[in-house]
Amino acid sequence: MLFLHHRAPHGSVVAQEGLDAVLAAAAFDQNVTVAYLDDGVFQLVHGQDTSSIGIKNFTPAIRALAHYGVGQLLVEQESLSARGLARQDLVDATIETDETAARGPQVPLIRLVTRAELSALMEAQDVVLSF
Amino acid sequence: MATLHTVNQSPYGRTALARCLNYIQPGAGLLLMEDGVLAALTGGAWADRLGGVDGVEIFALGPDLAARGIAIGAVAPNIRIVDYAGFVKLAVEYDRVQSWL
Repeated sequence: MLFLHHRAPHGSVVAQEGLDAVLAAAAFDQNVTVAYLDDGVFQLVHGQDTSSIGIKNFTPAIRALAHYGVGQLLVEQESLSARGLARQDLVDATIETDETAARGPQVPLIRLVTRAELSALMEAQDVVLSF
Repeated sequence: MATLHTVNQSPYGRTALARCLNYIQPGAGLLLMEDGVLAALTGGAWADRLGGVDGVEIFALGPDLAARGIAIGAVAPNIRIVDYAGFVKLAVEYDRVQSWL
């Protein structure tokens, strides 16, 4: 199943609910792929400080997805470019997969994909859930 | 007779900012707040579009920028950053506040 995150964080609860849904699905051992597109790419921008708007910042918890077997988070390149964002604006975390744990090197948490790649991925799913 | 327009939605997902720009008059103010501040990010399509708006002072709410990881240096140069006190001051200085939903 594919989770699509379309919305920016903090302006509504949609983004946080999307993360909760992914965690729930992963906890039930579903084969989960997670992608960020449109304003959803803002969820992964580093340096978010919500202390002045009175909202708890849920986005650091996105990094915990790796511990639920979700693998790399896919981010659409075209969505980044249109919004003035680039790879270096996003969280710079790595994940340890079963394969890499044995070999040593870790893989980046985030993998950029093109719109065409993401479109093809959508077509390959049994279930697509959008937030 | 000047109006302060406020936009609290992302222009990439919603149409509030586009509709606001269809109506805004020279001398008006435009305050970007909540997800509206996403329009302020340099290099983005909407920051470019706001750069072409003449005669309108454009502001973005600092706490909302910080919450979204948008650094002061990444805000388009024609946009002034204000804090909550600055927001109140603007609301008082302009004749009216019109929020675009």
